[in-house]
Amino acid sequence: MIHKFKQGDMFFVLDVNSGAVHIIDEIVFDALEYYPQNNAVSVIRMLKDKYPEASIKETLEEIDYLIENDMLYTDDAYVNSIEFNNRSPIIKALCLHVAHDCNIRCAYCFASQGDFKGDRSLMPYEVGKNALDLLIANSGNRRNLEVDFFGGEPLMNFEVVKQLVEYGRSLEPIHNKNFRFTLTTNGVLLNDENMAYINENMSNVVLSIDGRREVNDKMRYTISGGGTYDIIVDKFKKLVEKREGKSYYVRGTFTSNNLDFSKDVIHLADLGFKSTSVEPVVAKPTDSYAITEEHLDVLKTEYERLAEEMVVRHNAGNDFSFFHFAIDMSQGPCVVKRLSGCGAGSEYLAVTPEGDIYPCHQFVGDEHFKMGNVMAGVLDFGLTNQFKNAHVYNKEKCRSCWAKFYCSGGCHANAYNFNNDIFVPYDIGCELEKKRIESSLYLYGKMNQTEE
Amino acid sequence: MKHIKTINTGSLKSSAAHGGCGECQTSCQSACKTSCTVGNQECERK
Repeated sequence: MIHKFKQGDMFFVLDVNSGAVHIIDEIVFDALEYYPQNNAVSVIRMLKDKYPEASIKETLEEIDYLIENDMLYTDDAYVNSIEFNNRSPIIKALCLHVAHDCNIRCAYCFASQGDFKGDRSLMPYEVGKNALDLLIANSGNRRNLEVDFFGGEPLMNFEVVKQLVEYGRSLEPIHNKNFRFTLTTNGVLLNDENMAYINENMSNVVLSIDGRREVNDKMRYTISGGGTYDIIVDKFKKLVEKREGKSYYVRGTFTSNNLDFSKDVIHLADLGFKSTSVEPVVAKPTDSYAITEEHLDVLKTEYERLAEEMVVRHNAGNDFSFFHFAIDMSQGPCVVKRLSGCGAGSEYLAVTPEGDIYPCHQFVGDEHFKMGNVMAGVLDFGLTNQFKNAHVYNKEKCRSCWAKFYCSGGCHANAYNFNNDIFVPYDIGCELEKKRIESSLYLYGKMNQTEE
Repeated sequence: MKHIKTINTGSLKSSAAHGGCGECQTSCQSACKTSCTVGNQECERK
């Protein structure tokens, strides 16, 4: 399977099963429409009015070379991979909802403005401790374990966060594990003291901000209705400055209110943030801010605009990264990882303040997906297996899709929320993801050109 | 080659042989909490 596309002034072809990427000229682009499914004589006849015959011949020889060397039309050799099919049920990551409460109100909050459709509550230390024990007990021989302190707003329960980090560290030498703690915050409660702690103890921090002041403040506001931009921007800058190169992301959500979201990403870059991530909102089609099919063309153009601007900044020595364009072409994840997907429900679980276990943060509060409780030490492996099997070879739409090794089947929660089935991907999400992949290949191609 | 420039030779096939250690980061833990991108995760073995 191949995927060929044009973006800006460049033509590309991706060999789906090997991951090879080629910059091609227009003759190759046109020839691949007919070749190799038609023989060389027929293809020359089809294209001879547009290109000289000698050029077409050369082109077909080059295509043949790629096919012979496993860089075009490579077979899918993974569907029967032993490593993939024999994956054992290992849990390696937790999303700990240390606070089902929030000190701001976001119009699009999937957590029902912090309470996840339940009572506002904070996770007691004992629940978090049991969650870490459950993670250790189910992690097999995985050494690196991840725990994201999430909410609501985790800084509302910061003492418990600190206690859990200390407890996790105490477990590391006993079990030969390495905890990577991360924290996702809206920033309002950041101060010098907790910033210092976060920078010392969190391997990554996700800082929530949507971009331009008016865009951010329309959707992210305080309980009294005031905007949050002016409260958080300087705090985020300070935290990042003191992070001394450790990983972080400023992360935002775009909605139909800011279809020109590339300006928000650029705004975040202009504020000095080098690691950005801005994603489409997940909302019911009836929500006023929802992304719908009619927005797709505009949004695709926005991804192109963003890629163009990133090329300009790269050439000026002023790079920044955009999470969804940051595809590592040479050293990316192995094919087993790409087939396994996000791991929700199988490698990754979310735990509520009450200790209830769900496949991921997006499923929290939906009783159909409750997988147990950490206080009882119970985990429903039936649901775990169901999620483990929700991979690209078991999803009809994904099997024939060129993007399957990049998105790995997409978000289970989006699939369920839109199609009531974790095996049926969310179409709008797919369309946007495909454009993001094309844009990242374009960006890579452009940078590759300029570095010569 | 005159018409084709390969910018990535593709490593998926070779990764199938030695991959699957599972030590890499879970994608949603890094910076996507509402959409899924796995292809940009780093391999722990590199």
